Amino acid sequence: MGAVPVGGREVLASALMPPAAQALTDMIEISAQIQAAVVFDREATVLASTLPDERARLLATSALGLLRAAEEARPDEETGFAQLDAALRDGYVFLVADGDHAIAATTGPEPTVGLVFYDLKRCLDGLGEEPAPPPEKPRRPPVKRTAARTKKTDDAKS
Amino acid sequence: MRSRSVIAGLAVAAGSLAGALHFRNRAQRRRERIELYFGDGSMVSLSSGQPGADRLLAHARELFAATR
Repeated sequence: MGAVPVGGREVLASALMPPAAQALTDMIEISAQIQAAVVFDREATVLASTLPDERARLLATSALGLLRAAEEARPDEETGFAQLDAALRDGYVFLVADGDHAIAATTGPEPTVGLVFYDLKRCLDGLGEEPAPPPEKPRRPPVKRTAARTKKTDDAKS
Repeated sequence: MRSRSVIAGLAVAAGSLAGALHFRNRAQRRRERIELYFGDGSMVSLSSGQPGADRLLAHARELFAATR
């Protein structure tokens, strides 16, 4: 996985899904509350994470376990599980699922819950987006080449 | 003299009540809980000790520990 430093934190991106890394990088840039996050699929494959490889895999495995346990609460697909937050002694755990992908994140105690959910959902929505192509450079009109001024022979004589 | 002691007693009682409420609210905030949101907009809040909560909280704790 390649690492992209973002404001003192690093986003490690899997080559499997570059938009995940971009979406996570964008989220980490704007959200100071999120301490760690992982984007993963339903096989616990890490698509992007703020943690190093081994810990990211562990985080994704734990998050998938939580996701499955939460989905068992109401197995219906349409009205089934969408997201959760868990208030623990030392901080919060957030989990948002959308189809085959999910994102899990942790924060410190007393986060702005609505804002964190908003950021996580935006990150998941960003997975479907194609990376924006680099902006085209404006083309300058061709420069007219003018012949170099030559002194008139008359001027030279005077 | 008596009215002063009654006022002082009331003040002490009010202070004790306010303190007790504050500590109760703080304890409730610190209590572990999990909130599940579903696709139809409904939400279920489970506190530790309630049926179904402990398993979910155990997973959440494991997840949190993985980030430390």
